[in-house]
Amino acid sequence: MKLLINTRIIDPQNNIDEVGGILIDENGKIKAVGKKVTKENAPKDCKIIDCKGNISIPGIVDMRVFVGEPGFEYKENFRTLSEAALSGGVTSVVTMPNTMPVIDNGSILDFTKRRAKDKSQIKIYPLATLTKNLEGNEMSEFGLLGIIGAIGFTDGIKCVQNNRVMDKIFNYSKNLNSLIIQFPQDNELSADGAINEGDISTRLGLKGIPDIAEKIIIERDLSLLELYKNRYHISTISSKTSLPVIETYKKKGLEFTTGVSINNLSLNENDIGDFRTFLKLSPPLRTENDRLALIDAIKNGLIDVIVSDHKPEDEESKRLPFQQAATGASGIETLLSLTLELYHNQSCELKTLIKTLTCNPAKILNINAGNLSIGADADIAVVNLDKPWVIEKEKIKSKSKNTAIEKRKMQGKVEKTFINGNLVFEA
Amino acid sequence: MQALWFASIELLLMAIQKEAVKFRHKHLLGIQSLSIPEVNFILDESMQFVDFNKREQKKLNILTGKTQINLFFESSTRTLSSFELAGKRLGADVMNMNVSNSAIKKGETLIDTAMTLNAMHPDVLIIRHQDSGAANLLAQKVNCSVINAGDGWREHPTQALLDALTIRIKKGRIDGLRISICGDIMHSRVARSNIYLLNMLGAEVRVIAPPTLMPKNIESLGVKAFTDMNKGLEGSDIVMMLRLQTERMQGSYVPSTREYYEFYGLDYKKITKAHPNALIMHPGPMNRGVEIDTTLADDINRSIIKEQVEMGVAVRMACLKIICGNKK
Repeated sequence: MKLLINTRIIDPQNNIDEVGGILIDENGKIKAVGKKVTKENAPKDCKIIDCKGNISIPGIVDMRVFVGEPGFEYKENFRTLSEAALSGGVTSVVTMPNTMPVIDNGSILDFTKRRAKDKSQIKIYPLATLTKNLEGNEMSEFGLLGIIGAIGFTDGIKCVQNNRVMDKIFNYSKNLNSLIIQFPQDNELSADGAINEGDISTRLGLKGIPDIAEKIIIERDLSLLELYKNRYHISTISSKTSLPVIETYKKKGLEFTTGVSINNLSLNENDIGDFRTFLKLSPPLRTENDRLALIDAIKNGLIDVIVSDHKPEDEESKRLPFQQAATGASGIETLLSLTLELYHNQSCELKTLIKTLTCNPAKILNINAGNLSIGADADIAVVNLDKPWVIEKEKIKSKSKNTAIEKRKMQGKVEKTFINGNLVFEA
Repeated sequence: MQALWFASIELLLMAIQKEAVKFRHKHLLGIQSLSIPEVNFILDESMQFVDFNKREQKKLNILTGKTQINLFFESSTRTLSSFELAGKRLGADVMNMNVSNSAIKKGETLIDTAMTLNAMHPDVLIIRHQDSGAANLLAQKVNCSVINAGDGWREHPTQALLDALTIRIKKGRIDGLRISICGDIMHSRVARSNIYLLNMLGAEVRVIAPPTLMPKNIESLGVKAFTDMNKGLEGSDIVMMLRLQTERMQGSYVPSTREYYEFYGLDYKKITKAHPNALIMHPGPMNRGVEIDTTLADDINRSIIKEQVEMGVAVRMACLKIICGNKK
């Protein structure tokens, strides 16, 4: 048994924000939590861990992570992903099916799950594809994949374009209660696009991705959702233009959820500067107005989840002319610290932010994680809210070092991470 | 005696200062990074080569012993030959890399190609590439100087400089002129470089294009945008026409060439909207009957397209001289 003391416990799901202790039983489950849990009333044989006034939050649930296994192990494997995640306080990870081969059948899914279990300490929940081989033409075996343990379905970096196919997906998967996750971007409108369409694309001479490319897919999907009422989640939105659509449908009472990448909350298109390919992202970084609108949307509940959108890319894929360079940034280990920036600069309340990282994604996924309820797995991140540090490329634990925020000064760092009550990371 | 001594010191200091402000870059990657004195310095230097190029004996030894490599990833006739001639007239050893047959086709990256060439110790690399920013990327990786001969839709600085020189010679000034750039602005590096340069030199720059070929927020570059050609041309001193790429003619950006010509082709009727002494420019190659009336294009009273080509060699000689002379 273990006892965490001298810590401010923040658990949005149970509405806890108090100084106290957390008692973990021998099975790695939470036995008691709160201000009444002290050294004095703890069982005699338990190990006392002094958190030195740092906060304790539920382990982070990251809903959008790319891992290179299978097929791109040189970019990231389960072991390196696990190490990177733990150093960022992330204990549950949802992985994308954009692997090689793609996760669109039971045997690959089963292999991936076993491999993940063998190699990583974090809890990995693979998604399977919405369509076979990510081609957008034929739907995947939602039923069979569900039995084997796909937590949901998405085409990851791709978006199902064909309206008929999308209609059939909604219709067929409804009875199976499958979670459908869409990356909203119209292919034709965004074809060859490298960055946001606007001042910067005009100045740099790059083909832009208009914000309407995102909105148009959200509008289509929500129209279909109104018809079928599935479990539906928008993986990442990037623009202000999409928000009124989401608001309208939420006001109508339609149930669905929305995510945003931490990159779109912390950076804007100006940061791309003189063709910095590490900031070539998908969805693209947009304007400062978009960024501020997305933060407001978190505050008023239009956006439910913040994700790292962790996409490890080797240097060779980034050392190319901007148009040819790969998209995405490594970010799982900086997700929490960057999110805390929004608290420190008074953009958003701490509780709201932690909610978007913990219990909100867990509820969408229907897993018992992201909370400190009694009986739940003791997945806990102990965080020093104020610790200053600087992001250095060399210290990144992920196999790929393509961070979008090199040299950024951060405030707040993970000190300890527990999974099932075991101390698996210590700074 | 003492006064004379001070005077000579002053002269020396002035000379050092003048040298310092003349041109402070190792590379010529775009107009955006240049200052007004630097642009004027290039244009002034170019002037002497304009006269020189008319002489019978056209060989100098300014760049003797220097190696210039023309690395063209896109096909080009006039820019490539212009750079080649410029280098040769200055006495440099010029090599044209035929990229279509080279290692790029075998999967080598731009950076690896650059590193290979770099190992041969060239003094200047002239690059044209289909991707915006390619010249900047190359410049970060090689030891020699890099001149951008066009990258994607972004910049084509020597074209803008030669256009400015042509205008300066033909009109005597650039400051205060109204210059209209017309055509496919969105995909044009020539338009972008000219917007930066002509704006910098005090012209009123206008752009005219169908809405589908107008980049978003083009006004942020300091121009007035028009979709009505007749309005855009009003009072223009210079009309700069741009080429419409074949693949953009039929239905994708404009319905057809004949519809484009009707609304955006420069003919004798539309040119009456411009200033009576307005001159016509085109970076070439022209699509006669698509963006410009064929007779108008050859009208010696109106068209200064041939002069542009002539100025091209002079401007590129000046750029090569300045860039190669700048090396430490």
